[in-house]
Amino acid sequence: MKPFAYQRAEAADSAVATISRTGAAYLAGGTNIVDLMKLGVTAPDLLIDVTGLPLRDIEALPDGGMRVGALTANSDLATDPVLRTRFPAVALALLSGASAQLRNRATIGGNLLQRTRCRYFVDVTKSCNKRRPGAGCAAREGEHTDLAILGASEQCVATNPSDLAVALALVDARVELLTEGGPASMSVHEFFRLPGDRPERDTNLPPGALITAVVLPATPIARMSTYRKVRDRSSFAFAAGSVAAALDVRDGVVQDVRLAYGAVAHRPWRAYAAERSLRGAPATVDNFERAADEELAAAKPLRDNGYKVPLIRNLTVGVLRGMTEASW
Amino acid sequence: MTSTQRQPTQSQPAQGQPTQSRVQDAAQRSVGTASPRIEAWDKVTGRAPYAVDHPVPGAAYAWVVQSTVARGVVVDVDTSRALAEDGVLGVLWHGNAQRLESVGDPELMVLQSARIAYRGQVVAVVVATSPEAARAGADLVRVREDGMTSDTVLRIDHPALYQPVQVNAGYPARSAIGDVDAGLAAAAVRVDATYRTPAEHHCAMEPHATTAFWERGCLVVFDGTQASTAVSETLAGLFELPPQSVRVINEHVGGGFGSKGGPKPNVVLAAMAARLVGRPVKLALTRQQLFAVAGYRTPTIQRVRLGAATNGRLLAIGHDAVSQTSQLSEFVEQSAVLSRHMYAAPNRLTTHRVVALDVPTPVWMRAPGECPGSFALESAIDELASAGNWDPVRLRIDNEPAVHPEEQIPFSSRHLVQCLQEGAERFGWTDASGRVVRDPRPAVRRDGEWLVGTGVAASTYPSLTWPSTALARATADQRFDVEVNAADIGTGARTVLRQIAADALDVPIAYVEITVGDSAIGPATVAGGSMGTASWGWAVTKACRLLRERIERDHGGRVPTGGVAVRADTTLEIRDRPEFSRHAYGAQFCQARVSTMTGEVRVDRLLGVFAAGRIVNPTTARSQFIGGMTMGLSGALLERSVLDSRTGDFVTGDLAAYHVAVSADVPRIEVAWLDEQDPHLNPMGVKGIGEIGIVGTAAAVANAVHHATGIRVRDLPIGLAQMIGKLH
Ligand SMILES: Cc1cc2nc3c(=O)[nH]c(=O)nc-3n(C[C@H](O)[C@H](O)[C@H](O)COP(=O)(O)OP(=O)(O)OC[C@H]3O[C@@H](n4cnc5c(N)ncnc54)[C@H](O)[C@@H]3O)c2cc1C
Repeated sequence: MKPFAYQRAEAADSAVATISRTGAAYLAGGTNIVDLMKLGVTAPDLLIDVTGLPLRDIEALPDGGMRVGALTANSDLATDPVLRTRFPAVALALLSGASAQLRNRATIGGNLLQRTRCRYFVDVTKSCNKRRPGAGCAAREGEHTDLAILGASEQCVATNPSDLAVALALVDARVELLTEGGPASMSVHEFFRLPGDRPERDTNLPPGALITAVVLPATPIARMSTYRKVRDRSSFAFAAGSVAAALDVRDGVVQDVRLAYGAVAHRPWRAYAAERSLRGAPATVDNFERAADEELAAAKPLRDNGYKVPLIRNLTVGVLRGMTEASW
Repeated sequence: MTSTQRQPTQSQPAQGQPTQSRVQDAAQRSVGTASPRIEAWDKVTGRAPYAVDHPVPGAAYAWVVQSTVARGVVVDVDTSRALAEDGVLGVLWHGNAQRLESVGDPELMVLQSARIAYRGQVVAVVVATSPEAARAGADLVRVREDGMTSDTVLRIDHPALYQPVQVNAGYPARSAIGDVDAGLAAAAVRVDATYRTPAEHHCAMEPHATTAFWERGCLVVFDGTQASTAVSETLAGLFELPPQSVRVINEHVGGGFGSKGGPKPNVVLAAMAARLVGRPVKLALTRQQLFAVAGYRTPTIQRVRLGAATNGRLLAIGHDAVSQTSQLSEFVEQSAVLSRHMYAAPNRLTTHRVVALDVPTPVWMRAPGECPGSFALESAIDELASAGNWDPVRLRIDNEPAVHPEEQIPFSSRHLVQCLQEGAERFGWTDASGRVVRDPRPAVRRDGEWLVGTGVAASTYPSLTWPSTALARATADQRFDVEVNAADIGTGARTVLRQIAADALDVPIAYVEITVGDSAIGPATVAGGSMGTASWGWAVTKACRLLRERIERDHGGRVPTGGVAVRADTTLEIRDRPEFSRHAYGAQFCQARVSTMTGEVRVDRLLGVFAAGRIVNPTTARSQFIGGMTMGLSGALLERSVLDSRTGDFVTGDLAAYHVAVSADVPRIEVAWLDEQDPHLNPMGVKGIGEIGIVGTAAAVANAVHHATGIRVRDLPIGLAQMIGKLH
């Protein structure tokens, strides 16, 4: 590991100023960035530890939304009673991630910025456009069973590994920032991106910006939301595929529905096509299947990850069906 | 017998003054008594020192540099920048490394030539005053490699496949009795299927690690090894030292599973590095480095052909196994060997073929041969049962041989049938009268989104014994020191050896101290092949019995001042044993469920019943069986090392990608054993138990998955990607 300097942030604005000026990195729980430093994937000269900043509050907003400080531990948010009633999918997504020890340590802001688990990204002896633009993508023809079936580019087939991000995409969360220019905010949909020809960029976070909070806007349908994560190992594994869903069925007809997929793309994948197809339609298995097929029509599986297409289709149908039955 | 009889009142040997006038007989036997591991407290409190934990003053640290091509040569190594780095003491590479004398294992001829035989091979070693400096130095070593086209993929039709002279453990590569094709042609029911098992890595908790130093021409190493006698003999050979000038200490070893069964490059490199810098050197490989340097289980491709008559009697068994080895040395997994004795059949053929690829060298991994072989054979038996509409437990019982079906020699003991029957009843496969109550139809049991099924498989493992020596010494009437160079790799070896010693001395166990893990004690065999307790225990028994005899005969039952010591060697006894087929057997039952929505496979229940000779310590034995079955479950569902054919390395080379079962995957595991008496083994009557638990588990799981879903999985691991498209 390359030697680096370590500082504790005294205040958010000075930390932002330093990071913007020097290209240093924030250190939150350290559960991702420290691993990547050990592997040589990233090598900042300076780490600014932000864990002392007062960004740990979980606020239940009067309108039914929530604001969560960026440094809140994943486990603290997951067990918050208000979150569990207003946004159960978010709680389930958090609890499905990593291990209890990691969730105690990992922060919400860090979770959104965790990097892909692509095996070629984490091995500096291999070529990876995300790590070294222009180097080529070894994953496309290599070991890619866990990688993207949707929205990938010639340059990059990485997936976003976060469970939380999928649930946040479901509820149209917003990310609050402090930039050099002052506070700012962006939708989680603008925050995450597809790789295109700039695979080195995971997100559209402005350089140097500090995530200060995540806002979950009041979303009545989210009270009936869930998250299902699929993996071979029962625990302590990233998703092979996951779905966050919220469903409102009345008299057998879908009043409203939201769907988001994880582990299929460079970003959490909001299934707008499937949602459109279902809104106003009878809540039947046939319709769930058709909706999933419409969403997955764009899928371009690689040699060894084609199983994700039937997996996501089954998940969509199974989860929506389960929610429909539960709402009877 | 109750514990009040003849029980000495004190449980600890009294210091100084003897309170008794002679050595007292034990009031009870130690063997068969459940007792916790002697070193348990030291382990859980972090006091037990592993190879690089030993405080050695002035130690330097080594870090390896690995090749990045799968085949080629090292053209040049530029060490100048590394040497300029603060704290770096030296850099070893083939241009400056000392010459080693060959001992027959090319893998140990480290840094002796420019040749690169696999990706990840060690091409340089940096030694520095701290691990950090060594690692930083390693990053600065510039290795210029000339890579050539490499061949890294095992295929069943690989043109370079050949039949070796022998397979692992010295078995012939091929065996043939009768005419398999004719037997198959005459059969009413046939199976002809090909099974694949992936490369797997051991992933022991303690990495391969060594502390080495030279003192007045002698070499001392602390090495995380399963075989310190073999390591010391090998080092003596490589460095051309008299055997007594090398001492290898492995007091505590953090697991091995076969990967530490012989010396590995780390111990040779540490010794070379210590000589280079003239001070002690510690070398611990990282998890990632281990995937290339420390061995792995070869992938296998196995074709099994079975043919049975209408009454379920096997007419033919054919088992053809294909595996890989490296360009450096030949290791041939003996996957088909178990098919030589599991079931009776007049026509039989087993073959092994291997191909040398530009890949790291495979090695023993828990139950080499039997583990992958049983997946193929025991899945095929299940397929035959389905095809012939026979109960899979019954089918196995009906094909029980009376003697070894190929060698025609008697079994020393064999209770596979009893294991199957006992297990079937405990599992609920049969009722108390032995009637099958399991519904054989596949894919008919639903529990919500899950399909549920049950499966069975047989287990076996040879009962090996290898010569060893041991030392028993009495220093007072209540004080016996027993030494044997066993390796306790977390199995409880030292605990059971102490029990065995106490019984052989016929004294209370509290009088006995046991020392293991030091080549200076005298030669003893590897903690491998499930033969430790049998081999070390025999030497311990012999030494202890002789010692007690001598005390009684020559000293009137009193330990004389100055003590008495006896050294024993079992070479002759083992050589002169009559010929028997010696194996442990077992039966494993599994209940598994498969989600029709996601294809996820989960195991609800595992039961293993084993007949493995006398069980010395129920506590540690249970852990061995459960541990083996857990590892078998892990292999069935999760473990696979994925080799990138372009680069020749395992891209799943850390525990983030190489998934082993976690607690949440491991269901209720029940273990039972039969009280098996076998007079043809060794004085203790023990068979090995370290490996049999992993044998058959994967087939039991696969058979349960088939019963649950109707889907036959012939490629391990059984993952959701395999299931998802086929479920309805
Ligand atoms: C073994 C293992 C298993 C895991 N399994 C899962 C899983 O199943 N599902 C899942 O979703 N996740 C999983 N994770 C990932 C885990 O959730 C993330 O590592 C964690 O959430 C990162 O948070 P952190 O606070 O530790 O971030 P850090 O490692 O401290 O930081 C991560 C990145 O975010 C930046 N950063 C941190 N905070 C801020 C901020 N406030 N503003 C701007 N930048 C910031 C850092 O500079 C860094 O680049 C796993 C991790 C491990 C190690």
